[in-house]
Amino acid sequence: MTAVRIPPTLRAEVGGERQVEAHGEDVRGVLENLIERYPALALQLFEDGELAPFVNVYLGGEDVRTLDGLETTVNGKSLILLPAMAGGS
Amino acid sequence: MASYRDLLNRTKAEIEEIGTTDARERAASSEPPLFLDVREREEWEEGAVPGALHVPRGQLESRIEGLLPDRSREIVVYCSGGSRSAFAAKSLAELGYENVASLTGGFTDWKRSGFDVETPVTLTPPQRARYSRHLLIPEVGEAGQQRLLASRVLLIGAGGLGSPASLYLAAAGVGTIGIVDADVVDDSNLQRQIVHSTERIGEAKVLSAKRTIEALNPDVDVKTYEERLTSENIERILGDGWDVIIDGADNFPTRYLVNDASVWHDIPVVHGSIYRFEGQVTVFTPQAGPCYRCLFPTPPPPELAPSCAEGGVLGVLPGIIGSLQASEALKVLLGIGDTLQGRLLLVDALATTFDEVSVERDPACPVCGEHPTITEYIDYVEFCAGVGRPVGT
Repeated sequence: MTAVRIPPTLRAEVGGERQVEAHGEDVRGVLENLIERYPALALQLFEDGELAPFVNVYLGGEDVRTLDGLETTVNGKSLILLPAMAGGS
Repeated sequence: MASYRDLLNRTKAEIEEIGTTDARERAASSEPPLFLDVREREEWEEGAVPGALHVPRGQLESRIEGLLPDRSREIVVYCSGGSRSAFAAKSLAELGYENVASLTGGFTDWKRSGFDVETPVTLTPPQRARYSRHLLIPEVGEAGQQRLLASRVLLIGAGGLGSPASLYLAAAGVGTIGIVDADVVDDSNLQRQIVHSTERIGEAKVLSAKRTIEALNPDVDVKTYEERLTSENIERILGDGWDVIIDGADNFPTRYLVNDASVWHDIPVVHGSIYRFEGQVTVFTPQAGPCYRCLFPTPPPPELAPSCAEGGVLGVLPGIIGSLQASEALKVLLGIGDTLQGRLLLVDALATTFDEVSVERDPACPVCGEHPTITEYIDYVEFCAGVGRPVGT
């Protein structure tokens, strides 16, 4: 099981949870498993089958784009989903 | 019983001495020594060796370790004539400083030889009192405080993040603070925007902030820009010259505008954003580190970004994030410590956790990458706070 941190802007899609658990060998597997349970996340995370440019996924604190992308093996590390957030006022 | 003369001669026999001509040659070398001025403040204020560190003789032993932890550093210690510096050199050797020489003839001989002299810019007595807690910190000190007083920070937004950031930067003595904001103070702002107050409702935020800052610290010159930052005015506003930008904007169009401009103008940006209980902070240093577009190349489409109605923020959260921004800005200005460059700090006030993820420079970044595809400002149309997309897409 991989722990996935859900940002506040995506919590409505996962029933308000701050963190959820998901199965998968690699990042893609974990995210797909998550989307099976929370289909509304799909639009927020993927664009044409790849990670959307306005969302970052960190595995053990590293941006998966700097690792092997969605094919990065999770190896028991936790994931953080992070879409851009603009608020400042 | 030894006389003063005996004591001085004995001390001089135990230390290294260097003549003014040799010292000047060392100063011009590729690895110049540190000149340490141990005279009294009044003497130092009248002129000193350029770049010298000033520590009065009476405070030398208690302060030098904090100011100069590297005991292998070559030091030329001087006073006016070479006597106080001889005793100082002996003390430094006893404290473990390995490479210390006392300047024979002292500053008097240096000046008489026609060598370079600078008149240190000094703090006024009220400033010495106001910033005394900064002066006690070796990493800030008088030189650092002077640097802050000569610094210019531009705040984008006088709202949740801009409030604490502007107050702390002003209190710290950042000499010029620019504020860009087109809004007026609204009663719904006061739950978090602490630079404003109830009596200011309806007043322009930039003017309200200016009044608060000037009341806090008369050393600060506040430049107000009562306008919304756009591609039309950003060049004019940045043209006033800024050392650091604090991004406390409340929408994507402004954040991308600030980012692109900061890369083209080579100005570091201290980024902060907030939503409900959570905030993010990082530092974008053009060329040296990633930019906002390395982190997020494009804003989310409006339909996927959180709507204004879903928003909300715990009042104290911008206090935490904006204060972190002020702290990072001060470090950037002073050139001290490790900033959040290359690291995005994630703060969760509900769980009270501080997490960090790494942010790397993207060689394919459309603005700061190897082959930039964005070379002029993009006006994203604002849909509502926090949402935007490029015009025509």
